[in-house]
Amino acid sequence: MNASPSLEEYIARIEEACGEEEDIIVHFKYEKKDEAIGKILKKAKVERTVAGIIFDLTYKNSAIRLYNTGKAIIKKAQNKTQAQQILAELLL
Amino acid sequence: MFDPYKVREDFPILKRKINNHPLIYFDNAATSQKPRQVIEAMREFYEKHNANVHRAVHTLSLEATELYEEAHEEIAKFIGARSMEEIVFVRGTTEAINFVAYSWGLRNLKQEDEVLLTLMEHHSNIVPWEILSKIKGFKVKYAEVNEDGTLNQESLKEMLTPKVKLVCITHVSNVTGVINDVKAIAKLAHENGALLLVDGAQSVPHMPVNVKDLDCDFLAFSGHKMLGPTGIGVLYGKREILEQLEPFHGGGEMIREVSFNSKTRRCTISWNDLPWKFEAGTPDICGGVGLMAAAKYLKELGMENVKAHECNLTEYAMKRLKECSKVKVYGPQDSSIKCGIIPFNVEGFDSHDVALLLDSYGIMIRSGFHCAQPLHQKLKIQSSARASFYIYNTREEVDHFIEVLKEIEQSL
Repeated sequence: MNASPSLEEYIARIEEACGEEEDIIVHFKYEKKDEAIGKILKKAKVERTVAGIIFDLTYKNSAIRLYNTGKAIIKKAQNKTQAQQILAELLL
Repeated sequence: MFDPYKVREDFPILKRKINNHPLIYFDNAATSQKPRQVIEAMREFYEKHNANVHRAVHTLSLEATELYEEAHEEIAKFIGARSMEEIVFVRGTTEAINFVAYSWGLRNLKQEDEVLLTLMEHHSNIVPWEILSKIKGFKVKYAEVNEDGTLNQESLKEMLTPKVKLVCITHVSNVTGVINDVKAIAKLAHENGALLLVDGAQSVPHMPVNVKDLDCDFLAFSGHKMLGPTGIGVLYGKREILEQLEPFHGGGEMIREVSFNSKTRRCTISWNDLPWKFEAGTPDICGGVGLMAAAKYLKELGMENVKAHECNLTEYAMKRLKECSKVKVYGPQDSSIKCGIIPFNVEGFDSHDVALLLDSYGIMIRSGFHCAQPLHQKLKIQSSARASFYIYNTREEVDHFIEVLKEIEQSL
């Protein structure tokens, strides 16, 4: 993973999913997932919540779907590096 | 009597909970779970018999060699090969196909020749041929696929010209589960003077496969999709063809003699017997032992029973999926012409959303292209979610899956 050391505190893995949607899948570290979710919810705009399990968020030009299981999909990120920048802004 | 609940008792991982829900594993087309019989066979090998195989005189080496050779014999029987000489252990289906590309294709394909594939192939049956085509200059052609994901037979027949020297086709599509009539295609290919390579990654684990009956020239498959460990797979080749081939890898184990000529200052090499001439270096001995245990386990269940169970489950799931108004299922609706793989999407979600949502309920499925991007382009879908079944899946699991999908639909 190319994330900076600080991001690594929160993120276990970032993967570019296959499919034309070009989603970026983020797996938060289990022990830090609640803290990461809390931080993201403070900075991003919550557009919709589904049963407290899923949060549809927008942040700048990105759409993020955040799961309370500690995973997230960043949509419309150009690449993994841009996704890391977004995560850095939200988490650090 | 096949009983999936009894089968489940052999799979320790199925007792796990994921996200506080009982694990439902519907990602079997990617890899299968392992029964304790396989896990124990591998543990016993390392605890009692571990040594390198062949050309040693000590007791442990003899035991390891006998086990490793027995594994080849067991796999030969499992797919109806004439003998273990026709069974080469490789890392998996991908390496088996690369083996054919470089051992056979590199030496036999000329610029004017053609290799015929289909648009439903996994990338592992596309990329090696495209790479080799750039080296050798031969043409790679793709037979068409119909709107429902089945093979367009007419397209295949039209493209099967005398220039085609090799037909490479998947037995079962890893996206739609469509079963191809490879026996008929073998006949067509042979009448045309071409050889046939069958990608059996999704067929050998799920249905009876007999290479003599199919009359294929090569069959590639992976151990990990049929209850065995990762890192071991099989290339079957007809003995008379394998005898003519040069090795793909060079090294120890695969030679009879490497003799240094002091006049020419070069080494003269003669190959070992089949199948060892194709297994350079220390092989995955424990993987072979695990694969043997997996084949024995499946044989005990009966491959007809395995196929029947998966067909019943697929038919049931396809029927119940109709209750989900926002779910679109791809591929043929007739479950009798397919194996236990169901590709789908939920309107309003992309496939990764669906997979993550299901994961939060403990249900494991795959999302994306499933290494078959050309087929997704043909079906005009950006990606798909894929549920795939195996011997330990049950109707109750399908019921739970459907209920969760309904919840997902309602969340829109």
